[in-house]
Amino acid sequence: MEKILSREALCSAYEHCKGMLALRCSAPHDIQSAKKDILCCGGTGCHASNSKELMDNLRNLIREKGLEDDVRVIQTGCFGFCAAGPIVKVMPDNVFYTQVMPEDAVEIVEKHIVGKELVERLLYVEPLLNERLHDYAKMSFYAKQQRIALRNCGLIDPESIEEYIAHDGYQALAKCIFEMTPADVVKTVLDSGLRGRGGAGFPTGRKWDIAAKVNAPEKYIVCNADEGDPGAFMDRSIMEGDPHSVIEAMTIGAYAIGAHQGLVYIRAEYPLAVSRLQKAIDDARATGLLGNNIFGSDFNFDIEIKLGAGAFVCGEETALIHSMEGQRGEPTTKPPFPAVSGYWEMSTNVNNVETYANVPQILLKGAEWYSSIGTADSKGTKVFALAGQVNNVGLVEVPMGTTLREIIYEIGGGISGGREFKAVQTGGPSGGCITKENLDLPIDYANLGKIGSMMGSGGMIVLSDQDCMVAMAKFYLGFTVDESCGKCTPCRIGTRRMLEMLEKICDGNGTMEMLDDLERLAETIRDTALCGLGQTAPNPILSTLRFFRDEYVAHVRDKKCPAGTCQKLYQLTITDACIGCTKCARHCPVDAIRGEIKKLHVIDQSKCIKCGACIENCPKNAIVKE
Amino acid sequence: MCKNSLSPALADKFAALEAYIADLNITRDDARRRGRLIQVLHRAQQIFGYLPREVQCFVAEKMYLQEADVSGVVSFYNYFTTKPKGKYCINVCLGTACYVKGAEKVLSEIERVLGVKADTNPTEDGLFSVSALRCVGACGLAPVVMVNEKVYGKVTPAMAVEIINEYKQRG
Ligand SMILES: Cc1cc2nc3c(=O)[nH]c(=O)nc-3n(C[C@H](O)[C@H](O)[C@H](O)COP(=O)(O)O)c2cc1C
Ligand code: FES
Repeated sequence: MEKILSREALCSAYEHCKGMLALRCSAPHDIQSAKKDILCCGGTGCHASNSKELMDNLRNLIREKGLEDDVRVIQTGCFGFCAAGPIVKVMPDNVFYTQVMPEDAVEIVEKHIVGKELVERLLYVEPLLNERLHDYAKMSFYAKQQRIALRNCGLIDPESIEEYIAHDGYQALAKCIFEMTPADVVKTVLDSGLRGRGGAGFPTGRKWDIAAKVNAPEKYIVCNADEGDPGAFMDRSIMEGDPHSVIEAMTIGAYAIGAHQGLVYIRAEYPLAVSRLQKAIDDARATGLLGNNIFGSDFNFDIEIKLGAGAFVCGEETALIHSMEGQRGEPTTKPPFPAVSGYWEMSTNVNNVETYANVPQILLKGAEWYSSIGTADSKGTKVFALAGQVNNVGLVEVPMGTTLREIIYEIGGGISGGREFKAVQTGGPSGGCITKENLDLPIDYANLGKIGSMMGSGGMIVLSDQDCMVAMAKFYLGFTVDESCGKCTPCRIGTRRMLEMLEKICDGNGTMEMLDDLERLAETIRDTALCGLGQTAPNPILSTLRFFRDEYVAHVRDKKCPAGTCQKLYQLTITDACIGCTKCARHCPVDAIRGEIKKLHVIDQSKCIKCGACIENCPKNAIVKE
Repeated sequence: MCKNSLSPALADKFAALEAYIADLNITRDDARRRGRLIQVLHRAQQIFGYLPREVQCFVAEKMYLQEADVSGVVSFYNYFTTKPKGKYCINVCLGTACYVKGAEKVLSEIERVLGVKADTNPTEDGLFSVSALRCVGACGLAPVVMVNEKVYGKVTPAMAVEIINEYKQRG
């Protein structure tokens, strides 16, 4: 690609590139068309399910048939529908294939591409209708979504700057530099109502305004790509699927606050995101969109990647800054805020990946457009990572104010395995649970706060009647204990004490007094810990105690785990329904099951490790937890 | 000083690390040189597989830093390890999405079959080491197990055993 050294050059690059997306953006459903784009998901999830091999097979077959002039195989970012990966979408036919294996390439090419017929068996089955869908537009997973932050994910090739430009890429940046003053940019972001998507929900425009007004010899703009909440993966998907949008947004932010150096702090567990982002930075630099004199103006800006090294607390902005300086990632008290004294004690603006991903669209389409989406207190859309006991595990982006019921039952396709909904945990280890009573609550920052949960980064773990809430609280506490940096006492010692109590309760050694102690200690830690990690660590306990106290009581008083999760509180036994098929004995990894063929089997409790393999393999459901 | 204790067998590796650090043009009077430390340690761990004391000393010396600064950083971050790992590192994700889908059972089966506990020593034959980690971002495939760079999704305890056997055969 030639260097883009003026606004006119960007316009001609756009004219030159826009045809690349013609098949993907044109009128759908034309299976007869000879020209086709075969889009294959190249996100981490689908890579794990051999999507690379699938792509190679497709490309080879297309070449063998001499179709490479008409049919292109394109690797895109994540479609968000991870549970059904690897995903293949054929355009302009608008056909969506799921769980496509490398060997399925033959049928797709011969039957669909050459024969112009659908491969029925690979079509997505809509769980609510129990029907194979011919048209992607009818999928309920996507019908209620509105994609702003994820607009390019699953559409363009993230490794191609041309495709990004073809979809209005870098237009917002050009508009800022040539039509707007830095103050105009700040005002637009402020008026849009965009709030930080990294957890705290601080208005982004306000943050930029503060940084812009600071008088400092150097300023830095930082992208927080540490994505610490386990179970959230939207930041990873954005970086893997649309890295240029993050680069463009950081450049816009830099222009607004007067920074010339950007840093992306990204966790080492995301190698694919690191390499995609690095390629995008290199391409942007080679094209003149990063570096000195961007678009031939006098504005200079460049971006460097900084790797994390596996510490949750480094997602907290002061800890993150210390980590980038090569220190231990320990947080410090605010003030001073990073805007005043951050990286190398210079003014530093930190925003989250998803926050940035919204910015180019806001500047292109205007504050009014963005603020017309969402609720009074929360504008725009939010990406949620739907996981746990739900059918359609994946990433969903919906307008703020969408209800949990819509997300779980319409988009998410309901609870998996026909189980019953129990709660949703939002906000990860800092958040709380939402119960059945609040399924119809419009989700926004204010409403989630009111019911003792929080938006957090958008992780949404769906729990069913077979998940124990006490065990969940214990799980999160185990996480904070591991991740506490140890700098302040309430967090270092307090969380450990709480974990010990939860362990006792789950083992059946709890007392009723413990429940009150737990509550009191939780409140003390919340009020006295140094940083957000410690202050929010008690939330999962307080929230489960509030909504599921009866489950705690069952563990303490009756020594029972109603969900059947806590291993110390049940035994596996075989009932009279046993037909002596020996299947359980053969599947037991520790040889704990004895019995003659066609006779009742028994479990040796001293050997049993309660792995549940026998339950899964019993054809008569004769093995029970009691 | 630790300079004398450099193992000759590792000379190539030290040379590779030295070349990497030299490319960064770090000078003694650059007050911000420490900002490169984590990046250098990542590279060092890639080269050596782990960060024993002599490697930490080497990094400190070449970057004009105190040894204590380097070891303080190494001990803080989970990603850095001062113990050698097995040829195949089995990482079991214990992130929330994986936990609710039964990752703990997968981990205990792996520990049982290999006879080692997570985040301790490798197996006696040096083939495997087991670690627990938090979320690799493939939550849609929960529970997730990684062997070196390869990601396995929707892993059951029985599948985990199969995966281990596959690598055992490779040796
Ligand atoms: C313990 C802790 C962990 C955090 N982890 C993250 C994280 O992984 N990613 C993130 O963007 N923000 C995280 N934050 C929030 C950041 O401190 C900061 O508020 C955010 O990056 C600001 O960006 P935003 O305004 O765009 O949300 C964390 C905060 C705390 C207290
Ligand atoms: S929780 Fe295991 S991959 Fe995210």
